[in-house]
Amino acid sequence: MKQYSNAYIIGFAAGVCLICSIVVATSAVVLKERQDLNKVLDRQKKVLIVAGLMEEGQTITADEVQQIFDDNIRIRAIDLQTGDFDEDIDTVIYDQRKATKDLALSRVAPTNRAGITRLPLKALVYERFSGDEIELLILPIEGKGLWSTLYGFLALAPDTTTIEGMTFYEHGETPGLGGEIDNPRWKSLWKGRSAYDAQWQPAITVIKGAAGPAEDDPYRVDGLSGATLTCRGVSNLVQFWLSADGFEPFLAKFRGERSAV
Amino acid sequence: MKVAHKKALFDPLFNDNPIASQVLGICSALAVTTKLETSVVMSLAVIAVLALSNFSISVIRNFIPPSIRIIVQLTIIASLVIVTDQVLQAFVFDISKQLSVFVGLIITNCIVMGRAEAYAMQNPPVDSFLDGIGNGLGYSLILLIVGFFRELLGAGKLFGYSVMPLVTEGGWYQPNGLMVLAPGAFFLIGIFIWLLRNFKPELRET
Repeated sequence: MKQYSNAYIIGFAAGVCLICSIVVATSAVVLKERQDLNKVLDRQKKVLIVAGLMEEGQTITADEVQQIFDDNIRIRAIDLQTGDFDEDIDTVIYDQRKATKDLALSRVAPTNRAGITRLPLKALVYERFSGDEIELLILPIEGKGLWSTLYGFLALAPDTTTIEGMTFYEHGETPGLGGEIDNPRWKSLWKGRSAYDAQWQPAITVIKGAAGPAEDDPYRVDGLSGATLTCRGVSNLVQFWLSADGFEPFLAKFRGERSAV
Repeated sequence: MKVAHKKALFDPLFNDNPIASQVLGICSALAVTTKLETSVVMSLAVIAVLALSNFSISVIRNFIPPSIRIIVQLTIIASLVIVTDQVLQAFVFDISKQLSVFVGLIITNCIVMGRAEAYAMQNPPVDSFLDGIGNGLGYSLILLIVGFFRELLGAGKLFGYSVMPLVTEGGWYQPNGLMVLAPGAFFLIGIFIWLLRNFKPELRET
């Protein structure tokens, strides 16, 4: 076998690394813009779906999504603890999930059952409007399921308690079991139920077994068989985001302003 | 086409299938086959990585010092996998989300390393390229078969279109929950290996 000198081996390794790194770096830089567009588009689509402006699985072009989004949805940043709007944040580029991981933009979450360790200082809320009227409040929610962190949206009517929709856009639950939280039939069960009870305490829970129709049984949602732990996670995380540590300060202010008018 | 080329391209489909006869690359075959769509994209990704890694390793095979050949192969494979992942994220974002970590794990897919070390290090670039495509196709064949049955029996769908309407959606088909979990793929791959060895007795180990 041919003998190679150490200098050749080191030189060869360096050469291979250099070429590979150039290839990787080029592809990452060239494709970055497209990837970021995809991420924004994906989030906008989920918002449109939960806002009832688009069907699940419907194929529409990126431009149409952008169009419908701009015509109907307004994104606003709020301070989670006070519930006040924060107009200084550029909502187009603000990334709430990134902020949650940034020590300067988040705080340690109080003890909770939703498996949340850090909370962002500022959160985004999406408003579906028509004219000057706000028709729907769409709140980003997240928390632990069985295997993974679930990320989704909860849509509330302007009375801040009637649920208009609920969807998760990212999770890693078992397909067919916990993954059934994506099932459109199950998601439709949330519609028309009440998030808060008469004392404005978070009340909505996923139960084991079947709940009644929304009018008679407003605070309970059918459980998914084979997915008890995922359902418990969903209950906990929805209740967390409805509590004083979540969006309750914002929702209370929102209610106050509306009743004042 | 030359006989050697033909052999490099088509042998891995049945005679020397990487999954069924060499039993390589099983773990990703279990993970990404719950749906046909993800199986197809995963197959394409593996074919691309295999063919390109075989090709580039073969091009420099006479210059690679034997003492660092494995790490050189891995560097090249890892780079190609990252590029593939970036391309998927840019062009088929939804599917790349479902494949999540498994595209990155192509690096650890024994088929890729195995072919680089066993074939590309000894053979010229064109043969190696075809060998990569052939082995990728062999892997894809299993993935598609498994994906087909898992999606059909586990969710009553093919490519996301409802074929057998589910009980939960008002139809008649009670889905087989085993199929959506990893053990379902084990059974299917096992059955496929058994069938293949039954019809091709020369594959049986004695």
